Amino acid sequence: MKPVLQVLNLLVTYYTDAGRAKALDDVSLTLNAGEKLGLVGESGSGKSTMALAMMRMIKPPGRIEGGQVIVDGTELTKLSDEEMLKARLSKIAYIPQGAMNSLNPVLRIGRQMVDAIKAHDDEASRRTIEERCMEALESVDLKRSVFKMYPHELSGGMKQRVCIAIGILLNPKVIIADEPTSALDVVTQRQVMETIDRVQEQLGAAVILIGHDMGLMAQFVDKVAVMYAGRLAEVSIVRDMFTDPKHPYAQALIRSLPSLENKGVFQGIPGLAPSLLRIPSGCAFHPRCPYRMDVCTTVRPELETLSNGRQVACHLYTEGLTDAGANGIQERHQSVYARPAVKDIDNRT
Amino acid sequence: MYTRGLLSKTSTTALNDVSLKLDESEPTILTVAGESGSGKTTLAMLMLGFIAPSSGQILYKGQDISRLRGADRMTFRREVQAVFQDPFAVFNPFYTVDHLLTVPIQRFKLAKSKREARDKMEEALTAVGLRPEDILGRFPHQLSGGQRQRINVARALLLRPRLLIADEPVSMVDASLRANILETLRSLQKNYGVSIVYITHDLTTAYHIAKSIVVLYRGAVMEAGDVDTVIKRPQHPYTQLLIDSIPWPDLSRRWGETDIKAREAEHQEITTGCKFYPRCPFAMEKCTVAPPLFQLGTHQAASCYLQDQHPTIPSEHLWKLLPV
Repeated sequence: MKPVLQVLNLLVTYYTDAGRAKALDDVSLTLNAGEKLGLVGESGSGKSTMALAMMRMIKPPGRIEGGQVIVDGTELTKLSDEEMLKARLSKIAYIPQGAMNSLNPVLRIGRQMVDAIKAHDDEASRRTIEERCMEALESVDLKRSVFKMYPHELSGGMKQRVCIAIGILLNPKVIIADEPTSALDVVTQRQVMETIDRVQEQLGAAVILIGHDMGLMAQFVDKVAVMYAGRLAEVSIVRDMFTDPKHPYAQALIRSLPSLENKGVFQGIPGLAPSLLRIPSGCAFHPRCPYRMDVCTTVRPELETLSNGRQVACHLYTEGLTDAGANGIQERHQSVYARPAVKDIDNRT
Repeated sequence: MYTRGLLSKTSTTALNDVSLKLDESEPTILTVAGESGSGKTTLAMLMLGFIAPSSGQILYKGQDISRLRGADRMTFRREVQAVFQDPFAVFNPFYTVDHLLTVPIQRFKLAKSKREARDKMEEALTAVGLRPEDILGRFPHQLSGGQRQRINVARALLLRPRLLIADEPVSMVDASLRANILETLRSLQKNYGVSIVYITHDLTTAYHIAKSIVVLYRGAVMEAGDVDTVIKRPQHPYTQLLIDSIPWPDLSRRWGETDIKAREAEHQEITTGCKFYPRCPFAMEKCTVAPPLFQLGTHQAASCYLQDQHPTIPSEHLWKLLPV
């Protein structure tokens, strides 16, 4: 199958007073039509930068310093600003974080939707434009009457769905949803995610879901990409990611998930996410990694494809170490995460 | 009960007929769960004494908190502490962390000397799993969300509270740090005997940290009881819907398996009956009259007519069902 989205060696740097922060460092991704990819990572790992870079919406002091973004055969990174304006929404659409706050409170929903179409197609008659908006609203389970309403008349979930409707107005090939449900409660979250799911199937578009809720990922996506300090740590199909994560960070992430079985067991990931201004040498995860080897502190592991098709950036799986060797190391360190996050408060007085 | 109307004469009842009781001698963790608009934050504000109820009372050690004056009021302020949702909004960016921690020490005269004050600060920070040398002297912007939230817990701990009200303490924090903060809260309860009211919309964390749970919807108690029973065998349609909508990180447990389709309330209908009536898939004629609480077992009660074969229990006795 021909990939609908290709990201090749994307490099984004923020120039701050404190120095250069590499927010995205040599990230490559491929996505087929109809595929759903989850992009997870801690805050500051570069997830949102990734979305903005693909939309070419990085603002100074940030800059895309290299790499390509190819959507449906068009290289977005080569387009002029004018052409990029046209490509947004028609090729690649973005549903921002807290999208409900992105609606203009003094304009009716309809007006905001019509504007979006007019920016791309000023030939179309008013009637056809309005009809398209109505259809988009209906496809996200909203009534036609919403067209004439103001944002404040809608609930959070409905506003979020209006944003999805705007996102799909021009049948984009790729939809990027940046934490689309982070401000919504569970019931509304489920309804919104089901809407995205259905719309995506109708359009056959590829979806990138950005977030840190692994539960949501398990329920929604086909493939999960784990980001750490501006780089991809692991890309696996969702079943592999949850049953047999390879990268130590992905393992810790999966282990930190709550479930109904192990009540009262909290396992955080020890240590803190590194600042992008001071990314550790070698593998960025090495200060927190329980399987750290000497090589990890000096040589940066590249994202490599294992024999079974999994993509992992970790020395445990390279450097001539066989799978068995890596497992041996893991077993020896099994106890590392067993210790509680807060130790022996009693002993301190 | 708490009602409020600003511009119009019609007021909104944010909480209706909610009774709770926490025993000082048996510290516990009680979860108040519900979606946005369920009145859970209103409940926190009431318990902290920031707002006064329209009717009803909040008693702390037998005294109505709105009547507390002078020394009693200071004691209440010291012994009932809060941790709020957004660790990025509660810090004054111009002050270092030291300032944040010394103000309560001075205000409540907890230390006799600077030396003692510093020791107390260090002790509180260590108790929440932070290294004092990493934290003291830093400005809020130099700290991560998880660190800030733990400083909030440390600040509360410094005052040796009897009751901690944690309003969504982990919802703005990364998943990997959530575990650390919840562990901190739980060890506070275990080791320092602090009772915790944990307010959240996230039933997964509630399940892991709490002993008992009260589920609110539009200001009314839907279901309450032992956290294991309520989450594993929910009896109220609303609780069932909530639990069914949790995206479990488990591939064998698909979303929406128990096909309870809630209708979406188009607008906020103010009914006199069950608050969940407009959305309930099982709505019946008699639901237009507010259902009482039915006691389903030793540790579970639900406010739903589907359970009317069980005996009713007055809402002010609800706390008896909550295990500690």
